[in-house]
Amino acid sequence: MSVRSIKTRRSAVLGAVAVAVSLLASACGSGGAGTAGEAASGGKVTLTIDLFGTFGYQEAGLYDQYMKLHPNIVIKQTDTQDESQYWQALQTKLAGGGGLADIQGIEVGRVASVVQQQADKFTDLRTLGAGDVNKDLVPWKGAAVTTPDGRVLGAGTDIGPEAICYRTDLFKAAGLPTDRTTLGTAWSTWGGYLALGKQYEAKAAPGNAWTDSAAGMFAAEVGQQRVRYTDDGGKPVYQSSPAVRTAWNDATALVADGLSAKLPQWGPEWNKAFSTGKFATLSCPAWMLGYIKGQAGPTFAGKWDVAPGPGRTGNWGGSYLAVPKGAKHPKEAAALIAWLTAQSQQVTLFTKQGSFPSSVGAQTAIKDVKDPYFNNAPIGAIFAESAANMPAQVLGVNDAVITKAFSDALGEVERTGTAPAAAWNHALANVQNATGN
Amino acid sequence: MALSRALGPRPAAAPGRPRPAAVTRTGRTLAPYGFLAPFFVLFTAFGLYPLLYTAYVSLHRVELQTSQQMDWLGLQNYVRLFQDPYFWNALRNTFTIGVLSTVPQLLMALGLAHLLNYRLRGRTFFRVAMLMPYATSVAAATLVFAQLFGHDYGLINWLLHQAGLDPVDWQANTVASQIGVSTVVTWRWTGYNALIYLAGMQAIPMELYESAAIDGATRLQQFRHVTVPGLRPTIVFTVIVSTIGATQLFGEPLMYEGNSGGGVSHQYQTLGLYMYQQGWTFFHLGRAAAVAWVMFLLIVVLALLNAAVAARRNRTDR
Repeated sequence: MSVRSIKTRRSAVLGAVAVAVSLLASACGSGGAGTAGEAASGGKVTLTIDLFGTFGYQEAGLYDQYMKLHPNIVIKQTDTQDESQYWQALQTKLAGGGGLADIQGIEVGRVASVVQQQADKFTDLRTLGAGDVNKDLVPWKGAAVTTPDGRVLGAGTDIGPEAICYRTDLFKAAGLPTDRTTLGTAWSTWGGYLALGKQYEAKAAPGNAWTDSAAGMFAAEVGQQRVRYTDDGGKPVYQSSPAVRTAWNDATALVADGLSAKLPQWGPEWNKAFSTGKFATLSCPAWMLGYIKGQAGPTFAGKWDVAPGPGRTGNWGGSYLAVPKGAKHPKEAAALIAWLTAQSQQVTLFTKQGSFPSSVGAQTAIKDVKDPYFNNAPIGAIFAESAANMPAQVLGVNDAVITKAFSDALGEVERTGTAPAAAWNHALANVQNATGN
Repeated sequence: MALSRALGPRPAAAPGRPRPAAVTRTGRTLAPYGFLAPFFVLFTAFGLYPLLYTAYVSLHRVELQTSQQMDWLGLQNYVRLFQDPYFWNALRNTFTIGVLSTVPQLLMALGLAHLLNYRLRGRTFFRVAMLMPYATSVAAATLVFAQLFGHDYGLINWLLHQAGLDPVDWQANTVASQIGVSTVVTWRWTGYNALIYLAGMQAIPMELYESAAIDGATRLQQFRHVTVPGLRPTIVFTVIVSTIGATQLFGEPLMYEGNSGGGVSHQYQTLGLYMYQQGWTFFHLGRAAAVAWVMFLLIVVLALLNAAVAARRNRTDR
């Protein structure tokens, strides 16, 4: 063998090793490199905010307003419609410590889990000069996000007083009254709501259902009770709680009467159905108004209306904004969430988007608000009345998991014809599978 | 420095001394290891270490929220797994979806490859077109199919409606949803397998076809008696690869309705989804690790079984 070929070969070996080493180096190094450069660029601070559903800040123009007030801040929002998917992604990021936004939304069904299990993963707002963000809110709202040792892990946004949203054009076509006072009386109980539904179904076009899903009705009904899935001592009581059982029975009766459009909430088909007239009524926590506007669009302005719902009260949802430990600009983030949850922004948000304020002052200020999109319904008065009687719910660590299990089981009853008793057992098994050890 | 000297034009420093010969020999023995080293270095870092660490994790209770804390459980995660009806359900689904997707996929691939093997106009175009679905991302493909299979606004149900048939719930119905998921898999992989078969077919001597044609064999007979026997090793390879792929099936069922439960009744939840759900929806990392190991062992067993069957068939043929 000639000297030349030895050399080529040796250099090839060296080359291969060099490639391997550089591959490894780049694989290891990719984690931490990007951050330093970004903070310095252009002198502007980019705040990222990661949300679920429709918080409505962007739609109500609040980001633009804030950026005008603070020219050095740029706000970037990302949004996942389905909260369970959002939460799943958030947990993964919290565990890995990467990819977190400066501000993360937290649904009320998760807040107990944050306070009891993950307090060390969110920044105590007191350390960022925003410890009093919740002081003007209804007391339970702030209490739910404060740890026993006083750490404030988030700022309360809206709460979810309940009503019923309905399509006046479809009601008229089916010969039902469209006046919201008459309807509010007719469906002052869930039984009355089902009875009216049967009347509607008798006249409505085939394929046009009374309501979107059994899960929506179930969530609204469960939300009317103080103790739902967990008792005061933190013990799970979802198997035996009368609140859950009654709501389950009513929701399965809804299916048995053929009143459900069988649409899984937050799915693409559900979203599409807002603009096709597939269902005539919808259990409507205040924040749903913004969601309806987003999905149904301007074409349906004036066709939707809002009436006081069965039981006249209940709380479904409502959220918090928190700053995770991995945030790049915690100080600026805390200032932004304090501003977004302050009284006057809560008023703007309700007026434009329907998210009901948790701020006591804002609640007084919005009493006379009417919404032209919803046929000028006095949404301020309707939701304020619902909120006034609202129970301060006992929140458990697994509330959202349990809600999901029951929603899925109701989906089974609707879509596969599973017997309610069997589906109930599936729900319990699913909760056990998700939470048990 | 060292590299540029090695590449430099200057000849070896002192010719005639015994040393270079020794270097040559060591170089020659070590070179193959050098070439293989990158693979093994990467495999150790990204394959073997995670595998062993997963085994370690699977013996503990680990939750994502409190992942620093690991409680020793021994084999309890495995015991629980084998007692969990959802695990057996996922195993059954993996098998049925695997059969529903792999069998038509490979048969169609074989037929397509046979057609492509003939001289036809625009052959290169068809061959490239075959590979397009494979190049599409799982997410994009599944999202499109999920729309097609939609209950109320999907194209397929609309067509059924036009034909006077009842709509099918392609998501909640067990059989229909499994067919839906399998369709996406079949669509993505048929062309890929067809090209592998095509490569195998091109290695079969043309004379065999010619003599078969002279003997009066039709194209179908040629396919059965010349193509298929000649392709046997290729077929065995694709069956093994597809089986492994089917066992790990994950992206398609995940994206089908966008959650890890695999439908309202877990009716199309595969093992891959089940593992993901335990780990990343329920945050039980220890349990997910146990599922991962069981899946790994399952794949090893399946691959060995496939290889054994193939070896046996080859022996009986000779």
